[in-house]
Amino acid sequence: MAGGAPGFPAAPPGADRAARLVLKNARVVDPASGLDAVADVVVAEDRVRAILPRGGSGPSDLGPAEIIDLSGLVVAPGLVDVHVHLRQPGQTHKEDIQSGTRAAARGGVTTVVCMANTTPPVDDPTVVAAIREWSRSASVRVYPVGAITKGLEGRELSPIGSLVAAGVVALSDDGRWVQDAGLLRRAMVYARNFGLPVLQHCEDPSLSAGGVMHEGEVSARLGLRGSPRSAEEAALARDLVLAEETGCHLHVQHVSTAGSVRLIRQAKERGVPVTAEVTPHHLVLTHEAVEGYDPNFKMNPPLREADDVEALLEGLQDGTIDCVATDHAPHAPWEKMVEFDRAPFGVVGLETLLAVVLTRLVHQRGWSLRDALARVTCVPARILGLDAGRLYEGGPADLVVLDPEAEWVVRPEEFASKSRNTPFAGWTLRGKVLGTLVAGRWVHADEALLRRRLAEVPS
Amino acid sequence: MSVLRGHLLGLEPLSPTQILALLDLAEEAAAGRLDPRSLEGRVVANVFYEPSTRTRTSFELAARRLGARVVNFDPERSSVQKGESLIDTALTLEAMGTDAIVLRHPCSGAGQLVARHVRCSVVNAGDGMHEHPTQGLLDLLTVRQAFGRIAGLRVVVVGDVLHSRVARSAAWGFSKLGAEVVLCGPPTLVPRQLEQAGVRVCHRLEEALEGADVVMALRVQVERQAAGFLPSAGEYHRLYAVTPERLRLAKPGALFMHPGPMNLGVEVTPEVAYGARSLVLRQVANGVAVRMAVLYDLLAQQRAAAEVRPVERTELALAGRV
Repeated sequence: MAGGAPGFPAAPPGADRAARLVLKNARVVDPASGLDAVADVVVAEDRVRAILPRGGSGPSDLGPAEIIDLSGLVVAPGLVDVHVHLRQPGQTHKEDIQSGTRAAARGGVTTVVCMANTTPPVDDPTVVAAIREWSRSASVRVYPVGAITKGLEGRELSPIGSLVAAGVVALSDDGRWVQDAGLLRRAMVYARNFGLPVLQHCEDPSLSAGGVMHEGEVSARLGLRGSPRSAEEAALARDLVLAEETGCHLHVQHVSTAGSVRLIRQAKERGVPVTAEVTPHHLVLTHEAVEGYDPNFKMNPPLREADDVEALLEGLQDGTIDCVATDHAPHAPWEKMVEFDRAPFGVVGLETLLAVVLTRLVHQRGWSLRDALARVTCVPARILGLDAGRLYEGGPADLVVLDPEAEWVVRPEEFASKSRNTPFAGWTLRGKVLGTLVAGRWVHADEALLRRRLAEVPS
Repeated sequence: MSVLRGHLLGLEPLSPTQILALLDLAEEAAAGRLDPRSLEGRVVANVFYEPSTRTRTSFELAARRLGARVVNFDPERSSVQKGESLIDTALTLEAMGTDAIVLRHPCSGAGQLVARHVRCSVVNAGDGMHEHPTQGLLDLLTVRQAFGRIAGLRVVVVGDVLHSRVARSAAWGFSKLGAEVVLCGPPTLVPRQLEQAGVRVCHRLEEALEGADVVMALRVQVERQAAGFLPSAGEYHRLYAVTPERLRLAKPGALFMHPGPMNLGVEVTPEVAYGARSLVLRQVANGVAVRMAVLYDLLAQQRAAAEVRPVERTELALAGRV
């Protein structure tokens, strides 16, 4: 798998920082190790120093400590989102690395993997270097993805070896399917040599044919051009064949149909090196949401039907789909406040990811907190070979404090993202991020959390 | 009291009662029983993002017959050319004192978008492939006049249903009033999924025509051939044109309709289009009456309601003080 890139330690100026921090009496959940117990988490500098079961005593040789009583709350590894558009360079009116990672911090996401479709795209090591430089002052860790083809044009391979050397963790032309099968095959052979996964947006444009929503009863009624399931499934089937033949790790982005789940399940049974993600919105919404022609429900792949949503949930449960990723795709309000046909595809997701996952999987479907958190922490981290998404002694202090029961209303005007294009505006969700720690520093802290601060005691 | 709630965006959201009330009002308009000064001082803006002489003229005549002033906003020669958004254009017109925006637009849902942002009335004069509600109403009125009823009739709509806003408004309108609607045309142009919305889909015209009371042909656009939906206009004509022979497969006395403009020799032959069973010109005449009814309902009846409101508020305030 991808190794190499170290991630980019966050150091927000003026961040609240204590040499030592003790998170007391929290329910500590680490899906990777199976830990789910009340304990104290001791953070020293940028690392988790100790996880002490209730009643234990910790190392006391580290100077003053900030102590916060987290009784009734959960501490978990920070979330890992492997599908994010930070829009920098080139489209910083939609988002930039600062605002996008602040949004991540607010959503409890401590690691983001950002896509290559910037302007210019990430098809050159200098762009990777620039993103790494800008990310030094980001709120969370940022790992860039490199383009598969130059200019994302699907004609020539990008300088993959140089991109890897510059620090990309995967390859993707996300937003565009690499149509030329021969070219993709060569890219896979080449990428495999570096142990890099290829992330594919599976959509055959000859089938989607300008579709702006799912082709079905709703598109037929609304008079909107439809994109059929086959646009995704036919592209996916071809890519699975190539992954099987080349042995290259194929990661399927934003799976949206029951047929895709079936194809991936069969491929996994044959041992094809494939992993897959699903977005929070595809787990919750159907094409009926498009009824009012609101462009905040326009995304690619489109919202499908109830049977598809059910198949996605089942696929996630049985491991066919490995993880949940947002496809956080910010667009400025004026870009979305247009005719449905003319609005860009995509919705933001970082600030609602955890709450939608908890509401849908834990509260509605009865998943354990551990299983649900796994799909947004250690599992996506493992897919891209990142040292993230786990909570262990000696590991990075990238943590989220959450109240799995707290209800809150999604208010886009409160987002840290520059954009407001969420399909969940006004929704009441259950599960709230109260604080986010990256490399031992608070990058987000709710007032409710600060009120729980017990003392700053000298050792 | 007004029938419509602020806007007319489509027939799908309307109840049968609302549709019938509009048809009755259109009869009043046709009979010259609406006060020709009822919209005096009101401003109706025709905002047409697609060329359309028929519909625009029809709306203009309708508005003038009720005493309204009509502004024809031409996006081709306006700020739209400078990149003004649809919402901005609508807000600007509203700020200038427009009472109703009559909107023709190539994008489905354009009316919904505007209606979410303005307080004045929005009348959908055709949005993309979605709806053309005043066309639907005039089709209903024409059939009701010809048969004396709509319930129980079988209405066949033949043509490029996929891209047709006329077909959708007809489908919702006729089925809401109890007619059986059969949508017919090549499978590439008639989405099967519409069956889930309660209409019949049939791809063989001869079969669809059995027992039909009304046959409505839609305009077939030549560009559909280039887009690969149709092999050729000739083949379409052979399989789906409404000819005198085919019309004989329908019920005796079945009538022909077409929203216009017609492609003679493609979807219909001249014998049918101008024959004794054609309602085409009746449809055009009814267009003005229906549009008068819609504007009257939105502007005259609603104004009356609006004028009542402040009075009510004052009375409540007084009552409170007492």
